[in-house]
Formats: sequence, structure tokens, C-alpha cells
Amino acid sequence: MVRPSRTSIMLDAKTMVPGEPFIEFKDVRLGFDEGDVLRGVSFDVSPGETKVILGESGSGKTLLMKLAAGLLRPDCGRVWVMGHHLAEMSEEELLDFRRHLGFVFQEGALFDSMTVAENVAFRLREEHAAEEEIEQRVREALRFVELEQALDKFPAELSGGMRRRVSIARALVDKPPLVFYDSPTAGLDPVTSQTIITLVLRGRDLQGVTSLLATHRVQDAFGLAHYRFDEASKRVVPIASANGKPATPPTNARGERATTNVVVLRAGEVYFEGSTDDVLHSSDEYLKKFLASAE
Amino acid sequence: MPETSEISSLPSVLGDVVKRFVFSVQDYSLLSLQSVTNLFSPPQYWADTVDQMDLIGVGSLPIIIAAALSIGGVMVLNTASEFQRFGETALTGEAVSLALVRELGPAITALLVAGRNASGIASELGSMVVTEQVDAMRALGTDPIRKLMTPRVVAVVLTVPVLVAIFDLVGLCGGFVVAWFTLRLGAVQFWTTAIRALDFGDLVQGLAKPIVFAFIISTIGCYQGLRVTGGTQGVGRATTTAVVISSVMVLVSDLFLAKLLLYLFK
Repeated sequence: MVRPSRTSIMLDAKTMVPGEPFIEFKDVRLGFDEGDVLRGVSFDVSPGETKVILGESGSGKTLLMKLAAGLLRPDCGRVWVMGHHLAEMSEEELLDFRRHLGFVFQEGALFDSMTVAENVAFRLREEHAAEEEIEQRVREALRFVELEQALDKFPAELSGGMRRRVSIARALVDKPPLVFYDSPTAGLDPVTSQTIITLVLRGRDLQGVTSLLATHRVQDAFGLAHYRFDEASKRVVPIASANGKPATPPTNARGERATTNVVVLRAGEVYFEGSTDDVLHSSDEYLKKFLASAE
Repeated sequence: MPETSEISSLPSVLGDVVKRFVFSVQDYSLLSLQSVTNLFSPPQYWADTVDQMDLIGVGSLPIIIAAALSIGGVMVLNTASEFQRFGETALTGEAVSLALVRELGPAITALLVAGRNASGIASELGSMVVTEQVDAMRALGTDPIRKLMTPRVVAVVLTVPVLVAIFDLVGLCGGFVVAWFTLRLGAVQFWTTAIRALDFGDLVQGLAKPIVFAFIISTIGCYQGLRVTGGTQGVGRATTTAVVISSVMVLVSDLFLAKLLLYLFK
């Protein structure tokens, strides 16, 4: 039995006001000694949506993810996540808040002194779950990422792709409603990248995860927008489009529309916001550069 | 004019250095305070504390024993010639005992622990910071100060006094062996004078200092590790800084503690 959290923060889609965005960034600015990195970023994410943050290296994608998880505080502006204004929360409240989120770090950020099983079980152990329950849920999470055989391995024994998959298992083990993926395909070969995107699709379609995914690969956004995970056939299948019109997004396990939209960050500002089809049909030179890199 | 700009920039550079120093002291103080206040609220990580005690305490034993044996022996060699001139070789045990328990035991043990463990703590935590493991811990809803720092501080504070007691005992044994071979001093004579030389104040001094030294070593090691910036190069820098600052702070605090404890017990 999972121990109830210490503070009274309740984080669930059900506690939110209907129609309210899951995540809202409003005029968020963040800078360091070298100057502003984020310069008035505004966008929002609806329940069930997968928002792909597309941008070059150094455009502020990782900072954006960390701000959304309350790991950093903005210099000014508002970060609103699942009904909570993060800047107004104490560190203790934020720790409790983060127990209801999943975060997949760029390099996996697995605890290198722990085995794969201990990494995935970390949050459950912190919540003093029963050992039998921990074992069952760890196996389930690792089966989800097809790494059940790696239970007793240490992160150093895993490939880059396997580390990301374990990181995804660790993020999803508690079935959070919201997951942040920070460049989960960065530095991976195309086949492994596809495996990672398939896992994101499975999380979205089978667990109803709302997500924010940072990447510099436009193909990740297209993969998420044009495919869905079919539970019956256990395969990724294209979303059918009718009469040349954009395909209707699938419905996730929570009954929400699993839409995929793109925010393009450029020099710390939102350069473009729209669907993948909008990106595809845009005549903008900068967006075309992204499309060209995918070809 | 270049001269003017250089002159005008000097105060601002100095101001920045002072501001950075004050900020670091404030940050270190708050972090250290938090590591202590964490002890009074759940959750506690006692298993991690025991692991750290094993790593720091048992792991440091070989170097403590080797250093203590050598220092005890060297002290006898150095003092024996002087005592022989006055025909007072019987006082060797007393001299070694007082020097070890009051001063050398706590100070040298602390310096050895600083060299071995402040660096170990800083590099381990620093590596966790640069590989985002500390952020991952926060993202999973766990307070890294509670989970990583408090067990290390408690473990060092609990183990260093024990290591000092072992250092004192082994140092005296080393001194006795050398005294027996070089001065032909009997066991009863050596140990009786060694034990009789010590009073309650000496024991308090010998065990109070290590607690303060241990707190300094562990908190500086953790602070340097948790505040690493600049990748693997930063980890190397933090490791060196942790050893240097903790060693210097041990010696500086030793001066003030010696004065305070002598005032209280003499």
C-alpha cells in the first residue's frame, strides 16, 4: 500500500477546473550571468496533449522542462501546472508535487550506484510501498519498456538507449498523469530513437499521459502526431486520415484527445506554435531548415 | 582612458569577490543548518547513515592505524633523547599520552579523514550533480539534502570520535613498542604514566574536538559536492577545494577550540 503524501497537495486531472490547461507558461523569463536564456515564453498544454518543444541546442528546451517540473524557478512570469502556481510553492511542497510527475532526463540520469530494479523502485521505496507491490510494479514497468531481463544490471552495463528506456520505466512506474521527456532521443541511432518514441506513444495511448517533450528532431513530433499505439495488435499503427484532411487524434486511456502540437523555440522565445501539419506546410525558412534536417 | 577604467573597475571587482564570498558563507551555513534540522523531521535515512559509517569509519581504519603507529613511535624517538639528558625517561609515556589525546589524535585523524572523505564526498556528490542524478532525485520527490547530505554528516560526526579513540590507543601502542626497544622502558612504567597523565578535561578535549572537526569536514565536503558547476572539471576543482578548505578549517578551529577547552577545564 502506497503511503499517502506528507502534505495535502492533490494532483490529478480530476481536481482541475474543466477547460483549464494542464500546463501554462505565461511570459516566463529566466537568465543567468551570461544573460537571458528564456525571454517571455508563453504557451499552454491541454489535458491529454503531447506538446513537442522543438529547438536547436542552447535554445532553452531543458530549462523549460525544469521550470515546468519546479526544478528551477523563473525570474518572472507564471508557470502553472495542474492547478498549481509553482513559484508560490515551498521546496517541500514542490517535492510532494513532483511525486505526481514523471521526468525523463536527457542522459537518463539513472543512479549509478543502484541496479536497474532499484532505480525503477526508487520512488516506490521512498513512499514505503510493500516489497511485493514494489517488485510487481517494477517488473510491470520494465516489461513496458521491454527490459525485464535487465533487472539486476547496473546503469554502466547498459547502452545509451537502454538507459533511456530504464529512465522511462522509472518515470512511469507510478503511472503519473504528466511526464516530461527531455531530449529522450538525443544522441541515439534512428532505430533506438524510434523505440523511444514508441514508448512515449504507449505511455500516451495506454496510460493517458499528458506530456511535454523537448527534442531537436522534427521526426519525433511527426512520429507522435501521425501514429498511435494499437493495444489489440500491440503495434504502432498510422492514424488514418480521411479525404486528405488532417487525421483525428486518438483518444487516450483517460478519454482525452491525444493531440500532438509543436512549439518551436528560437533564441529563448516561442518562434512558432501549431500542429505538425502547420509545420509541414509552412513557408518559413527557419522551419524549413528543421524539415530539411529530417529528410 | 585606460588608467581610469582600471581604477574604477578595481572596487567593483573587489565588491564582486566579497559578495561571492558572503553568498558562499551564507549558502554553506544554510545548507549545514538544514542538514541538522532534517534530523528532527521524517523521513530519516538510517540505512544510508549506517552505509556511510561503514564506508567512512571502517574504510578509514587502515590509514588511521598506520598513521597512529608511526606518529606514536616518532614521538617517543623525538622526546626520548631529551628525557634521557635529564634522566627522566619514565616521563615518555606521559608526554606521548598528553600530546596524542589532547592534540595529535584529533587533529591528525581529522586531517586524514578530510583527505580521504571530504574529497570522496565532494567527488561523489559532484558527479551526481553533473550527471543530473541530484536533479533526478528532486524530480522523483526526494530531498537530496535529506537523502545525501544528512546521512553523511551524521556518519562522519559519529565515526570520527571513535577513529580518534582508536588513533590514540594505537599511537600509544606504537609509542610503547618504540620505548620498549629504544629506552628499555617496561610496560607497567609506560602505561601507568601514560594513563595517570590524563585527567577528565583531556578526555573531554580529545573527544569534543573530533565532533566539531567531523562536522566541518562533512559539511564542507557535501557543500562543495552539491554546488559543483562546470562538468567534470568542476568536480575535480570541488574535490581539491573540499580537502584544502576542510583541512585549513580544522586547523583554524583547533586553535580556538584548544583555547576554549583549556579555559573550561584548567
